[in-house]
Amino acid sequence: MPGTKEIRAKITSVKNTQKITKAMQMVATSKMRRAQERMRAARPYAEGIRNVIGHLTKANPDYRSPYLSEREAVKTIGIIVVSTDRGLAGALNANVFKQTLLLMREWQDKGIAVKLCMIGAKGMAFFRRLNVPVLAHVTHLGDRPHVKDIIGTVKVMLDAYRDGELDRLFLVNAQFINTMTQRPSVEQLLPALSIDTEGLQRHWDYLYEPEASQILDDLLMRYIESQVYRAAVENVASEMAARMVAMKSASDNASKLISEMQLIYNKARQAAITKELAEIVGGAAAV
Amino acid sequence: MAERHTLQVDIVSAEGEIFSGPATMVVAPASQGDIGVAPRHAPLLSMLKPGEVRVHLPDGTEQFFFVGGGAIEVQPSKVTVLADTALRAKDIDEAAALAAKQRAEEALKDRSGHITQAEALAELARAAAQLKIIARLRKQHS
Repeated sequence: MPGTKEIRAKITSVKNTQKITKAMQMVATSKMRRAQERMRAARPYAEGIRNVIGHLTKANPDYRSPYLSEREAVKTIGIIVVSTDRGLAGALNANVFKQTLLLMREWQDKGIAVKLCMIGAKGMAFFRRLNVPVLAHVTHLGDRPHVKDIIGTVKVMLDAYRDGELDRLFLVNAQFINTMTQRPSVEQLLPALSIDTEGLQRHWDYLYEPEASQILDDLLMRYIESQVYRAAVENVASEMAARMVAMKSASDNASKLISEMQLIYNKARQAAITKELAEIVGGAAAV
Repeated sequence: MAERHTLQVDIVSAEGEIFSGPATMVVAPASQGDIGVAPRHAPLLSMLKPGEVRVHLPDGTEQFFFVGGGAIEVQPSKVTVLADTALRAKDIDEAAALAAKQRAEEALKDRSGHITQAEALAELARAAAQLKIIARLRKQHS
């Protein structure tokens, strides 16, 4: 039977750990809500810019932007991987990396090279082990990513695409489905085929300042940036949700552990009292 | 009646909606000079310079919004301002891109020097698993 003092010390230590996991859970919950709000706030811009690009491509069918046209021979693809900076978020990052590896394998099997762009420290730590070139890298965007912090990183990939170094650009991040579910999602950023002009009924005869092609390319650049920004914000929401769930189960496990140890402690204490009593009674009988 | 004299204005940035509502006129810093847009303006698409967007509200007051650049789309009864949240200039973007590249190169370079504890633990777990498999294979063969 272990001493009661040791058990009590262990209970205190588990209780302290539980305090930390509970606090982390609550922090993650409130941060998740704020991240979800930011996800919603980013939507009007994405819709607005998508509409304008739609109108623009419809009004100018003769200008084919390099960002919109499919290339015949694909030699190299780029993948922007969004991961978290910190751990303790369950299998969130592992799932994103697995999906990325599958995507890489799929293209590499066809003899097509892959180049990466890393957003988040965990991704860099994982992918630098593989011998795959990483073109750009940014970490510590924090809980509130800002567009200005990702412009440079995205520009590297956009320039590489425009110069023909990349023929396709993908984006992988953890999609926020709900608090319990986050799924890795793969999206093709370039060529931007997701902008469809089908639903637009009016054809506007615009006046342009400067010329249409310049505006279109500038807008497409901003569109891609806003997509990556959305992915970064969504990843924060997913990270917080995953951490919330992970910390909740950690707290629950700690509770279970504490109640088990409390039982052992009570038994040990009772045994000590019984033993003491038996000794007193025995001593009294001897006298 | 009121609809004919106002236009719907939406000012949005990538990080959130800035303004949405009816207005009697919008003044914006277009790339070729400030433009004023009244209802039933001809369709126009222009890039914006950093500056302020002035929105004249139907009640006669005015609201100012600073934009760091962006684009404006004008339709006869609707104006959409896609505002940049950051100041954009070719050299600023260029510098940011260069910094992102350098960060990637540095992170790839310091392969040995800077290993975090988490990485070391993962490495250890992997090695332990490999040893276990080797031991099992040995047992099977002997």
